[in-house]
Amino acid sequence: MYGSGKYSSRGPALIPRMKTKHRLYYITLFSVVLLGLIATGMFQFWPHSIESTTEWTLEKGSVHDAPLIRLPGSSPIPERGDLSCRMHTCFDVYRCGYNPKNKIKVYIYPLQRFVDELGVPISSTGLSREYNDLLSSISDSDFYTDDVTRACLFIPSIDVLNQNSLRIRETAQALTMLPRWDKGMNHLLFNMLPGGPPDYNTALDVPRDRALLAGGGFSTWTYRQGYDVSIPVYSPLSADVVLPERQPGPQRYFILSSQTAIHREYRAELERLKEENGESLLLLNKCSNLSQGAASARKRCYKGQVYDYPQILQESSFCVVLRGARLGQAALSDVLQAGCVPVILADSYILPFSEVLDWKRASVVIPEEKLSEMYTILKSIPQRQVEEMQRQARWFWEAYFSSMKAIGLTTLQIINDRIYPYAAHTYEQWNNPSVVKWSSVNSPLFLPLIPPRAPGFTAVVLTYDRVESLFRVITEISKVPSLAKLLVVWNNQNKSPPEESLWPKVGVPLKVVRTKENKLSNRFFPYDEIETEAVLAIDDDIIMLTSDELQFGYEVWREFPDRLVGYPGRLHLWDHEMGKWKYESEWTNEVSMVLTGAAFYHKYYNYLYTYKMPGDIKNWVDAHMNCEDIAMNFLVANVTGKAPIKVTPRKKFKCPECTAIDGLSLDQTHMVERSECINKFASVFGTMPLKVVEHRADPVLYKDDFPEKLKSFPNIGSL
Amino acid sequence: MQAKKRYLLVSVVAGLLFLIYLWGLQIEEFPQQQQQPYQYPQTPQHYQHHQHWPESTELLEPYLEGGEQEEDSPQLHHQHTSPRERRAIRDNIYKNKRCRMETCFDFARCQSGFRVYIYPPQRGDTISETYQKILSSIEESRFRTTDPSRACLFILAVDTLDRDQLSVQYVQNVRTRIHNLPTWNDGRNHLIFNLYSGTWPDYTEDLGFEVGQAMLAKASADVANFRPNFDISIPLFSKDHPLKEGATGYLTLNDAPPSRKYQLVFKGKRYLTGIGSETRNALYHVHNGDDVLLLTTCKHGKEWEKHKDSRCDRDNKDYSKFDYQQLLHNSSFCLVPRGRRLGSFRFLEALQAACIPVILSNGWELPFSEVIDWRKAAIIGDERLLLQVPSITRSVGRDRMLALRQQTQFLWDAYFSSVAKIVLTTLEIIQDRVESHVSRNHLLWNSLPGGLYALPQYSADPAQFPFYYAILGKSPSQQFTAVIHTVSPLQSQISPVVKLIIAVAKSKFCAQIVVLWTCETPLPPRHKWPSTSVPLSVIQGQTKTMSSRFLPHDIIATDAVLSLDEDSVLSTNEVDFAFIVWQSFPERIVGYPARSHYWDSSRSRWGYTSKWTNDYSMVLTGAAFYHRYYHYLFTHYVPASLLTMVDHMANCEDILMNFLVSAVTKQPPIKVTQKKQYKETMMTQGSKASRWADPDHFTQRQTCMNVFSRWLGFMPLVHSQMRLDPVLFRDQVSILRKKYRDIERL
Repeated sequence: MYGSGKYSSRGPALIPRMKTKHRLYYITLFSVVLLGLIATGMFQFWPHSIESTTEWTLEKGSVHDAPLIRLPGSSPIPERGDLSCRMHTCFDVYRCGYNPKNKIKVYIYPLQRFVDELGVPISSTGLSREYNDLLSSISDSDFYTDDVTRACLFIPSIDVLNQNSLRIRETAQALTMLPRWDKGMNHLLFNMLPGGPPDYNTALDVPRDRALLAGGGFSTWTYRQGYDVSIPVYSPLSADVVLPERQPGPQRYFILSSQTAIHREYRAELERLKEENGESLLLLNKCSNLSQGAASARKRCYKGQVYDYPQILQESSFCVVLRGARLGQAALSDVLQAGCVPVILADSYILPFSEVLDWKRASVVIPEEKLSEMYTILKSIPQRQVEEMQRQARWFWEAYFSSMKAIGLTTLQIINDRIYPYAAHTYEQWNNPSVVKWSSVNSPLFLPLIPPRAPGFTAVVLTYDRVESLFRVITEISKVPSLAKLLVVWNNQNKSPPEESLWPKVGVPLKVVRTKENKLSNRFFPYDEIETEAVLAIDDDIIMLTSDELQFGYEVWREFPDRLVGYPGRLHLWDHEMGKWKYESEWTNEVSMVLTGAAFYHKYYNYLYTYKMPGDIKNWVDAHMNCEDIAMNFLVANVTGKAPIKVTPRKKFKCPECTAIDGLSLDQTHMVERSECINKFASVFGTMPLKVVEHRADPVLYKDDFPEKLKSFPNIGSL
Repeated sequence: MQAKKRYLLVSVVAGLLFLIYLWGLQIEEFPQQQQQPYQYPQTPQHYQHHQHWPESTELLEPYLEGGEQEEDSPQLHHQHTSPRERRAIRDNIYKNKRCRMETCFDFARCQSGFRVYIYPPQRGDTISETYQKILSSIEESRFRTTDPSRACLFILAVDTLDRDQLSVQYVQNVRTRIHNLPTWNDGRNHLIFNLYSGTWPDYTEDLGFEVGQAMLAKASADVANFRPNFDISIPLFSKDHPLKEGATGYLTLNDAPPSRKYQLVFKGKRYLTGIGSETRNALYHVHNGDDVLLLTTCKHGKEWEKHKDSRCDRDNKDYSKFDYQQLLHNSSFCLVPRGRRLGSFRFLEALQAACIPVILSNGWELPFSEVIDWRKAAIIGDERLLLQVPSITRSVGRDRMLALRQQTQFLWDAYFSSVAKIVLTTLEIIQDRVESHVSRNHLLWNSLPGGLYALPQYSADPAQFPFYYAILGKSPSQQFTAVIHTVSPLQSQISPVVKLIIAVAKSKFCAQIVVLWTCETPLPPRHKWPSTSVPLSVIQGQTKTMSSRFLPHDIIATDAVLSLDEDSVLSTNEVDFAFIVWQSFPERIVGYPARSHYWDSSRSRWGYTSKWTNDYSMVLTGAAFYHRYYHYLFTHYVPASLLTMVDHMANCEDILMNFLVSAVTKQPPIKVTQKKQYKETMMTQGSKASRWADPDHFTQRQTCMNVFSRWLGFMPLVHSQMRLDPVLFRDQVSILRKKYRDIERL
């Protein structure tokens, strides 16, 4: 398309050169247009025409209408699959490309029914309900593309979930028939029940070249770490039975074994455990008196007593998941759904999604050999931890086991994470239940550093037109030893700042920034001029802080660089009568905010305030010309989960609350407005992030009976 | 002119027609994409979704016949092989190259705990400096045993670090040496350290001897040969790497938003021929001379001129223009491409410099990848996609960069800064495998203070540690246990300990009081103790030693411990306030009397002072709150030799506790305010039997400081200049408004 556009635009450009040669011009023009037509036609129609035919077959209404493909008996069989395959050796990453969304594109082959030369299908069941669900949910997801040329990953619509129903050789032949097979490169197969009697291989026996395998029941010897994906064995019960989420805590039974197909030696071992430890163990088996069928799958028996399965699982703290002939067991899924902690006894088993899930938080893995010690091992786990595991088990089921959709999309996300590791989901995203995600905080400045004193701090003074007071503030601050720079934010657009010669002479660089608009948020803008980590925000009328107090404030900030460290403290309170938050500036024993009329903080918070403030808080502040300090307190408390630090005793501050001209009335409207801010911000944040503390920081020797001249900060607390 | 106009007209018309044609194509393309899904609609309501997959009209069969895994049922034939036989078969098949813990490790040897035995060296052995460091870090560790019969893990005395046959440090007779070991047993339960394997030109991972069933702790491990959860990938470190606490990370302050001059740098050798040459040879494509500086030199080895290519001279010139250290400190990202082997020194250098590593080494099993989540500290690239690297690094946002960079520093400090840390991490990983139900989960390994300080034997549940409350969205329990250490007999109802018990029991946060009776006199009868509203229990220690005051008694169930000397004088108000403060700082020691350390440059050693100073770095545990985990850490982490020393002197246990907690947290303790009049009494006289009166007492403490810092390899104590007071402390306001009145009353 680009090419043709260029051709046509060449027309006018050619005119001056071909003034006299009419014919030549027309011929050229004609041929250019013709060429353009041919070229675009080729680009546009060729690939599309091929796809649209394949696409059509996919849209068949019924599975049984899928076209029938006859496999020639002589068609090639892929290689068995290479155990040394890794993403960097067997996966063509160029197909995935670099894209800003960091999302792989997945193509699903249209549905076809393969039969051999005699017309016998390659699989006894054909497309299963589960595989159909899987493909359909992938095709509805963001991963899906119907453009085979753009796809990074290909999923055959040949169902290999259960190897039992497959004819191995013919299935393999069918795979090679896929138009983009190319030695299985970038192809993904889903299999839950691998192997077959007598030896039950732990990976799918169908030869598959380099195809990736999402398999249920891998052992450490068949699993190609970082290439294959270990998936759960889906339990069909999940779709039918609703188990309510259960409150974690001690249960009726301590250990429960519900599997029916346990090797008799292991069953004998479990019986022995039950004899030793009695009632706390429940050992269920198949009900002998019930007829076979789906109903029997929902019942378990112990000595003639019938229990409902899987409901009974909810009555135990631990549930045994023993290996059968295969390592992967659908029982694991049931156990997790019940919120019972799985005790996994399956040596060398690769747990589902173990690449991203931290199973130590949700399960206990015990070597098969130690089955007899199971009771002792489980008894040694403290109850609090068991409850945590119960919660985690249930969450794993909800997020990753509950449906074929969950299983399929998790698998794709894991592969996506490998291809775009720099944009991968984090451990916390994978493993924290939403309730933990919501309440957990990890301070953005989490490294416990005490920054060196030497770089000092930058004082940012917000001013409008109170020049006299501003100059006094500047003169006072300039006496603080660690002051590195003064930055005056001139917020008055109608008046120019005073001439340079009129400013007080100070020993540090002094810069004036003029703002475009008179907005309060200008105070927290991440100015390039701020080079130090520490910022002192100070109002142009705060003249009562002594040099010792400011220097001490800076020292305290160094010990708590991720917090707001300020002088006047404030408190938020829950007003039971009104049912909302209230702002409090009285003499209280508690503090949850410090005013930014005089406060130290890390310059990173300027960036957060300006660019990452949730909702419309920033605009609200600018519109109301109030509460920027409360907003900052919310922001910092929300990302750190920590309270601010109030330093030094209370003094008579010339604070907004006290400047009321006619006393009480203005004061009260101000308080009402501040209370409103707190309620507004709490609703935007969706929670009340502020933390209440009962301490303030003073110098070690404050008010101690000790010679003043020997104290580092003697001049503190004077009114 | 006429002709010109006509040409123009025709051309414009032609152009227009063409545009219409193109537009037509677009239109056609559009419905093509949109309509496809609707071609065979099932039900009209599906028009809204972008349905790609056919809705099946008929009921499909479930994949699992009968809803159960029937083939596992006991009737089937495989059930005749017993699980025991099956395991035996497995153990026989999966040997050597396919070793796993299940098949090649004898767990039975570890029944009596995780003990490590080092074979005695033979005469005439040449052991490289680096291997000696590895051996001494194991010797000093708490895992070491001298009894091979009790050992779970065996370490060779013969140096296997450098297995490059062309190297001078290559040890010749390793094969025979190893196979002659009486307990070699085909390498079972042995751990072999290796930094270099293979040699020019192919650098295969050949060690020159049969590893058998021994575990390999190896640098530059290739995933192709790596036995997952059996071998351990260790980082390549230089021979100058310190034995103990080495240099700290370079990041001294959180430069946020990060602003470093360069975006991406690399400085290193370029290989003109042979393995590993492709990646480094291609680097010049990405080098832009401005903020992406990828500098290579071909000038190394003897015969470089022979293979010299056209770029060599220019490269060499650029190469000498920049100083490597300067680049490291001034770049946001550092490229870590493979060299001849997969790992390179660049990795640790970048990590230490807080320069986010961009790893280009396909197939490299990253160091300690079993436990460390490298995505949190590095960008893992693909050699095949070198050209994307600059745009990937530029797409990393400020927040992420800040987090990545801090994580590099945490990981460096926690696992890599010294040989001892690398070795201990290796051993701890193996210990975690040996007892998997008491092992660290991912969170413990990847968040502060790191796996080496979080002992899973205490608890495998992160919520029981003082470090993870915020991450888990939890808070410590609202109560504390007071532990009173008594050394003198209970004389009367007015003895200080009785007063103390009464005052502490009155606190609404107090769950119970535990008296550690370490007095030689027999235990006074029950009625002699004051009656309290909270349970009071007395533990008569078997060992009446100083260090036993920090034993992790099971009876202590609360997160917080209030540790008290019998002669401490505290009011209920003071206890309440300190506990409230502790809840904000659960990982620190929060207490009353404080002490300080200083560097005595005249004697070049650490000094201890109890004078009133403007700062402090220790809080005495005679009256302090801290998390109960520190009891466990003190008892199990500190080497026995130091505990013996403390017991022997009956002194310094509080200093040791402060050292330990500060080493873990890298933070100072917190001093809270105290009723003034008590200060002198506590400091000068104490009770008559007080050990404080002993003139040797002070000198001993001085010595302790120096012994403890030698053990850690550094001075962990940090000074603080502040004290925490109640918000209204000494404020000019009615005392009735104050919550903690007693603290101010004289």
